[in-house]
This record gives sequence, C-alpha cells and structure tokens, in this order.
Amino acid sequence: MTERLDGPQAPGGDIPAAGATSGPIETRSAPAAAARVDSSTPRRLGPSPRMAALFLLPAVLLLAAWVVYPIIYSIFRSLYDSAGNRFVGLGNYGSIFTDSATLTTIRNNVIWVVVAPLIVTVLGLMFAVLTERIRWATAFKLILFMPMAVSLLAAGVIFRLVYEQDPDKGVANAVITVVHDTFSSSAGYPGARPRENDQAPAAVQNGAVVTKQQVQDGQPVLLPLVGLPPDVVKDAAPAKAAPAGGLSGTVWLDVVRGGGGTLNQIDPQEKGLAGITVEAVSGGVVKGTTETTADGGFHFTGLPAGSYLVRLPQSNFQAPFNGITWLGPGLITPAIIGAYIWVWAGFAMVLIAAGLSAIPRDALEAARIDGATEWQVFRRITVPLLSPVLLVVFVTMVINVLKVFDLVFIIAPGSVQPQANVIALEMWRVSFGGGGNQGMGSALAIFLLVLVLPFMIFNIRRFRRDER
Amino acid sequence: MTTLTEPGSAQRIERGLLGRVADRVGGGVVQVVLVLVAVFWLVPTLGLLVVSLRGEAQNNASGWWTLFTKPAEITFQNYSSLLAAGFSSSFWNTVLITVPATVLVIGIAAMAAYAFAWIEFPGRDAVFLVVIALLVVPVQIALIPIAKLYGFLGIFGSITGVVLFHVAFGLPFAIFLLRNFFVGIPRELLEAARMDGAQEWRIFATVVFPLAKPAIASLGIFQFLWVWNDLLVALVFADTENQPMTKALQSQMRQFGTNVDILAPGAFLSLIIPLVLFFGFQRYFVQGLLAGSVK
Repeated sequence: MTERLDGPQAPGGDIPAAGATSGPIETRSAPAAAARVDSSTPRRLGPSPRMAALFLLPAVLLLAAWVVYPIIYSIFRSLYDSAGNRFVGLGNYGSIFTDSATLTTIRNNVIWVVVAPLIVTVLGLMFAVLTERIRWATAFKLILFMPMAVSLLAAGVIFRLVYEQDPDKGVANAVITVVHDTFSSSAGYPGARPRENDQAPAAVQNGAVVTKQQVQDGQPVLLPLVGLPPDVVKDAAPAKAAPAGGLSGTVWLDVVRGGGGTLNQIDPQEKGLAGITVEAVSGGVVKGTTETTADGGFHFTGLPAGSYLVRLPQSNFQAPFNGITWLGPGLITPAIIGAYIWVWAGFAMVLIAAGLSAIPRDALEAARIDGATEWQVFRRITVPLLSPVLLVVFVTMVINVLKVFDLVFIIAPGSVQPQANVIALEMWRVSFGGGGNQGMGSALAIFLLVLVLPFMIFNIRRFRRDER
Repeated sequence: MTTLTEPGSAQRIERGLLGRVADRVGGGVVQVVLVLVAVFWLVPTLGLLVVSLRGEAQNNASGWWTLFTKPAEITFQNYSSLLAAGFSSSFWNTVLITVPATVLVIGIAAMAAYAFAWIEFPGRDAVFLVVIALLVVPVQIALIPIAKLYGFLGIFGSITGVVLFHVAFGLPFAIFLLRNFFVGIPRELLEAARMDGAQEWRIFATVVFPLAKPAIASLGIFQFLWVWNDLLVALVFADTENQPMTKALQSQMRQFGTNVDILAPGAFLSLIIPLVLFFGFQRYFVQGLLAGSVK
C-alpha cells in the first residue's frame, strides 16, 4: 500500500449478508460485524469525561496542529501573493483556471478520474469472478496484490524500464515489435535503392523498386541495389544467379568492398539480400508474391506465363518498426495510467472477491437451475448484489486518483512532465520544486481539498446512517 | 427401488452435462487468460530484479530477458557499488522514520479509539465525525503550513519532523480502524474489570489492547508500508542527510538512462522489506483493507 486508503471507510451493512468477513483470505475477526454493537445504552460504571480528555489529548493535539490548522492557514495563505505580503483576493484561484499550464493539469486529472477508476474497478470485478474458477486463486491474488506493497517510486522505476523506447531494453516495445513483425514482416533494408542511371535495370516508383522493362519466363531478373552500409550484409551469403526456368531472379547488393566488380553483374564477392518481398505485377495488378532466399535469389511458382514487371514493394525499405513512444508527450498520461492500474487492480480484486464470497450461493444456483446462462447470472444477479462494493472501490479509486503524485513525478521524464502534470504534482512543483509561489501552492492545495469534499460528506453520511 | 424422477431433475442432469462441457472449455480459456494476466503482473518486477543484477554495459547492449540464455552475466556489482556510494545511510533513515511513526500511531490512536469506543463524554459523536471527515484530507494541504511551522520550531529537515507529520496524517485512519474494532469487544469484559475497580489505564493496557492484536497488526502493517513507501513528505521535509531511500532514489531520476545501475538495485532494495512484510502478514493486510474500506 503506497498511498493512504482514504476512501469511503465508513463502516456499514452495505455488504450483502455476512459482510466481507467471510472472504477467502481474511479471518473472521475483522471488526465489521462488531461495529454495530449498540453503544447508546446507559452505562452503570464509567470513567469521567476528564478521563476521555486524557486519552484523546495526544491525538487531538496532533490532528489540530498538523491537519486542522494547516487547512485554515492554507485558506488564508491562498489569498496572498507568492511572497505572502500582498493580498490578491481570489487571484490565485483565477490563475488556476486561466494559466495554460494549470489548465493542462486539470485536463489530465479529468482524464485520470474518468479512465483509471473505471478500468481498475472493471478489471477487479473480472478477476474476482474469474478467480473463483481456478484452483490457484490464492497464488493469483497474491501476484496481483503484490504491487500494493511496493512503493510508487519503485513502481515508477519499474515502469520506466518497461516503457524504454529501445525494443532491446524496454519489454513493452520488445513484445510489441515482435508481434508487429510477425504480422507485417519487414526485412528492413532502409536506404537500399537501385543506381540512378540509364544502365540500371530498375528504378524507384512510389517508394518501391520496379524493373524498367517487362520480363518473361526463363529470363532471370537482375535487381542490383546500392546504398546499404556494408555491416548490414556482413554475414549475408554471396549472391548467386538464379537458375533459368519460370520467373526468377536475384536481388543483391551490387557493391564490392574495396571497389572493383562489374556494375549490374553479380560478382563473387557481392552479397545477396535475403527476405525481400518480390511481386510480379501485370497490368497494375499483383499476380504473384515471393521472397528472396539467403543468396538473394527468388523464384515465382505457379505464375501464368506472360510478361511482368517485377516489383520490390516499399515495405522492404522502411526502417524497421521500433515500438511505441510511450513516454513521449502524446502517450504519457495513458502510459502512467497503465502503471497505476498495475498497482491498484489487485486492491479492487481483493475487495470485490470478499464481497463476492458473501453473496448467497443459493441465489446463483437457483438461477442456473432455471436455465440462466453464466452471463445472465453475472449480469442480473452478481453485479447488482455487488454494487455496494463496486461503489466503494470506485469511490476509493476516484479519491486516490485525484491525489496521484508519485507515479507521474517518477515516470514522466523531465521534458514531458508539463504534458503529464497533475494538480498534486503541480502543487508540489509550484511551492517547493522551484516554482517558489506558495500563494499559488496553497490555492492548489485548497482546490484539491475542495475536490475531495464531496467524498468527505459521502463518508460522514454513510457512517451516520450505518450507526443508526 | 424405483425412484421417481422429479420433473425438473432430468432437465437438471442434461444441463449439468452441457454445463460441464461448457465449463471444461470455458475453464480452459479462463486458465489461459489468468495465466497471461499473472505473467503480465509479474514481468515488470522481474525486469527490475534482472536489470539490477546485470552490469551497465550488458544493460545497454541487450534486453534484460536475454539474461535467461546466459545466466553467467549475473553480478552483484550494482549492489555493492550502491552500498559503497552511501545508500545504506538512507536505508537506516527509512527505518528510523518508519518504526517510530508506526509505533506512535498505534499507541496514540489506540488511546483515542478507546475513548471513542468506551468512555462517555459530551460531543463524542461530533468529534468522531470530524475524525472521519479528516480521512480524505490530502497531505498537500499541510505541506506549506507545516514547513513554516517546522522552520519556526527548528525541526525542518529533521527526522523528527518527518515522523510527526506521518503520525498526524496516519491518525484518522488508525483511530477509525481501532475504534470500530474496540466497539466490538464484549461489554461484559470491560464492565467486569470496572466492577473490580480497575483503573481505566489498566483496562486499556491489560484487557483491550491484548484483545485488539489483529486490528493492531493490520493497522501496523498499513502504517508501516505507507511511511516506508512515502516520497512526498520526505521530499519536502527531509534534509539530504536525513533522507529516506525514496528521496535518495528520486534524486537520481533525472538521468534515468545513465543511472539505471543505481536506480534498479536501489528500488529493489527498497521494496524487499515491504514485500517480506506483505507475504508474512498478508492475512492482516487484507483484513485491514476490508475493515478500512468495505465494511
């Protein structure tokens, strides 16, 4: 747990039936059921109120000085300028809503509040329901729950590593490039091109390399390319002329290291280009596709006789796909929300699973016997019965998300922090992180407090209702 | 021996069969999906561990997952250079902040919770509602005023200041959790002790406190993790010489690329103790979570 769990913690009988206390991992001694013991009956023996004062004194002192007094102080401080000696009225609040930097933070907080709690709750619900069907549910829960014990700083470092741009370092891009390359193979010879002179048998057309002449069966096509750094083909096999018969040919790097060789002819030291996609085109339509082998040779099979243009499509010459720029200005907030979900989904799952275990099994069984499908049972019975727990998880996440600080601070690289900024981070930045404007900082802190105020009232209402 | 089948039972068997087939297929899919999810959740942390165990050159040259093909690359070099760079002092600062902040919260909150649960005094409910209201107050509100206050008291930058801040902001949740637990202790136990003429302090120390061990364990582990994992409070209130691990690591974030060999082992060291605690006490952890949130 890396952040205060300051959700709607009011006790109450909202959980159906036995409450959360019969959940799978926890014991029965949770105070839930006990909280409803009636405390209003008069007591025969009892200590004096003065005794209560003694017991309460340390807590009251600390809360008054560290929590209540700062609220009052901040309200006043927010009405003064950065130095604290000029009264500016609501000026600081005005600039929160006019300054483009703070408007960005508000926009980001809105994105966070709209997206993160919903995904966390839905995932938690899915996992809670699905774990009921596996034998290793406890192990699964522990794995998902583990990030809660880790500091958000460590989680931030973990995800900085995950989101590294270089697919050879960041695991996210490593996976994505592998998947991407499976579906769209790119041999990746960026920069390779035919020579630009009249003798060259091929030329560039719309990024693809196309033969200048129509070619026929039994007439091996030569496609000499240049423009590749030698180390790209260092380990390639020597190019070989394709055997006649059918439409065939060779794609190779027509360059001899150290000079020499005949232009547009395959010389012994020249390397074949493997894995290049080759298309046979007739009348603008692709009639056949093949790929070069290790020595650069290609051979179309099953192609009707005729004359064709041989084309090497543009995909051969594109730079290899290099993954997604997670930590760039465009994706930074979704990327950080991803890390947040990683941290909190386990929390949602455990709470919802506890609620789930309290649902009377009879109701579910009865519905199944009546022929309800699993989906109907889930949709019509499980979810409605769970709705109080779902609400609690959702609201807890909203409160938590409003105050999100560490993950944004750690994951967003300095250069994109303005794009990723949120209110809690801006409050720190403007007052301590070089901003030097504690008037504005106080206004932002009060703004944050105002945002959580509805949940404060929500908690109090719940508590009063449940105590009755 | 004839058994008259009830009208519904044939249907039931049929559905049972179909259901079982569907369950097999569906169950397989569920297994696969959940295995994937579990892998998804494990891989990031595994990556941190592996990166921390590889040399800087290797980390720059290839992905951490290549370690599994050449395990000989494992080295503790990063860890030893981290400790040589004085990281252990920030580890001890973390301990010096976390242990007192946890113990003080338990003690102070238990006393207050006892009063709220078992002593009648005027305005008790109103005061308790204030405690509930304070549950959601963001720490940001106190950063500027308390920085001023600490400057005035001369404890700005000290461990004491950080500890007191954590204690104060840990109290609402702690009082709330313990009060709800104390209320559930059977009245007869207290009445009996009071009849015997036991002092209120004695009842608190010998009757209530021992009974509340599970709740105190839950609270203790929560508070410990909050304080251990805190960055913001340390960032504002702790000097460089008193900084905990989180702040020490944060100061290395600016050059993330070149500092991975410090950050990865540092982050991993910082999460070992919370993880051990978590696995050791996960029962209490979950219990506290449920008591604190769902209830």
